[in-house]
Amino acid sequence: MKRALTEARLLLIGIPVAIWTLLPIYHLFLFSISTKDEAFSGRLWPEHPTLRNFSIVFHQEHYFLNHFWEQLWNSLVIAVAVGFLTLFIAASAAFAISRLKTRGGRAILNCALLTYFIPAAFLAVPMYKAMGTYGLLNHQSALILAMVTIAAPYAIWVLKQASDKLPYELDEAAKIDGASPLQLFRLVYLPLMAPSLVAVGTYALLLAWNEYLYAFLLLSKDTNITLPVALGHFLSADDSPWELLMTTGLIYALPPAAIYYTFKRYMVSGLTSGAVKS
Amino acid sequence: MSTVALPRVEPVSPTGPGKRRFSPWQTWGALLLAPYVIIFAVFVLYPVTYGLWLARHPESYTQLFDDPVFGGAVVNTLIFIVVAINLKMLAALFLSGFFVTARTWIKWLSVLFILPWAVPSIPTILSIRFMLNPEWGVINQLIFRLTGEDGPNWLNDRWLALSMAMLVHVWKSLPFWTMILIAGRLAIPNELYEAASVDGATAWQKFRFVTWPSLATLYLTSTILSMIWTLGDFNSVYLLTGGGPADLTHILATLGIRYLRLDQVDLAMATIVCALPIVLPLVYFMMKRLSR
Repeated sequence: MKRALTEARLLLIGIPVAIWTLLPIYHLFLFSISTKDEAFSGRLWPEHPTLRNFSIVFHQEHYFLNHFWEQLWNSLVIAVAVGFLTLFIAASAAFAISRLKTRGGRAILNCALLTYFIPAAFLAVPMYKAMGTYGLLNHQSALILAMVTIAAPYAIWVLKQASDKLPYELDEAAKIDGASPLQLFRLVYLPLMAPSLVAVGTYALLLAWNEYLYAFLLLSKDTNITLPVALGHFLSADDSPWELLMTTGLIYALPPAAIYYTFKRYMVSGLTSGAVKS
Repeated sequence: MSTVALPRVEPVSPTGPGKRRFSPWQTWGALLLAPYVIIFAVFVLYPVTYGLWLARHPESYTQLFDDPVFGGAVVNTLIFIVVAINLKMLAALFLSGFFVTARTWIKWLSVLFILPWAVPSIPTILSIRFMLNPEWGVINQLIFRLTGEDGPNWLNDRWLALSMAMLVHVWKSLPFWTMILIAGRLAIPNELYEAASVDGATAWQKFRFVTWPSLATLYLTSTILSMIWTLGDFNSVYLLTGGGPADLTHILATLGIRYLRLDQVDLAMATIVCALPIVLPLVYFMMKRLSR
């Protein structure tokens, strides 16, 4: 009896949590398989589910979607570039700070932490101005560099925390064998740090893929924007094809969800352990 | 007792103290640090210094305070930070307790629960935006079918629209903070709970005397960190209400970007400077906590 009561109480929490979490995502899915009329009818399942919206999106058959594939490609290129650049910059910095004990490392770590604590929308204003000064506005490199700037501090922090836990005897042994700092970095440090590197790389990649604000500030040509910016353009029109907007949005949301679940094991331990140290 | 504390190893310096100056290890260290130092100087230090320099004119502030939108944005920002964050963190604290319960279906639910955080904000926020559409949105159609009355015009009333923006924010970031607190709870040794059970403690007493003392520091840190980040949460407001109706739901982040889009960079920077009295104490607290 007492057990049944406990189960009932758990369900009483679990069911609302499931509805709360899934409702907006289900609504997105519902629109993507409905015609415009059915989408606007407020039904919870369309009478005639259709894949027509996907076909319109994939064949770019609407003037809002003229550059769909190009913009998807832009998102991919930018996300991958941000992932790798962040990994390279953060791994070298964490190695220098944590393992080589480079002088000034502590101060640089503090600079990174301070950057981590600037609210993203606040940094966007001076960053936009500076990108203008550098003549980078409307170049995809501007968005890549901006996202690396935002992702790197957290990446350095997480990697530094993980580096500190590696045994120092390894470095000593490698040194006695005559390893150079670069060999130590490549042959000992990077392989041992692999799980954290996967977590950090995925984090930076998803951050760039999902970004809206910086993308919409820094890029504006139809051919060089990322897909979220194009989705934002739908909003400014009065007769927005909402069912197509939702279909495109659903397509855009699938890769990050898949990547997240693939690397979940690394992400959860890597990110939560570094996120908050108390 | 701190829970997610990471062990601090005090390492032996790879180089002896005497020959630090020109050793290849130090040279390599400097080279490896250089990429980040360059990124920091070019994309953080210079822009921020230049931005603060642009915000030096007192006239910008008179102009800003004369803008009727500004006062409302300050109030909205404070409500966002005090109400939304505390509700979210309390919910995260509660749900982290739910998710550590050992049941297969709860494991599966926790896998789904992370989705709002993992997917991009634009599709999901636009989806919520349409759900709230007064005529065609699924919520008002449901209200009409159940009661025969028209539902409220969700995004056309300042407080209603702001509440919805806060709900969007909570929906989006609740999974992340729940995950953090779950990690905190899992770090509490099980023996403590077993001992409490032997002593006949109730569920509330277990929370009050075992869980909370271990989790309090992490909870406080998370709350402060979430407050700092929420100040920069542009998407929840911009994509849901666009600052409307009649610019009544702006927060400082969206207002700053609005000035930037109108090519009034001085005003945009002044808006940000006005947020510093909230940001700086929080950042100071976090820096003191993390950089020891």
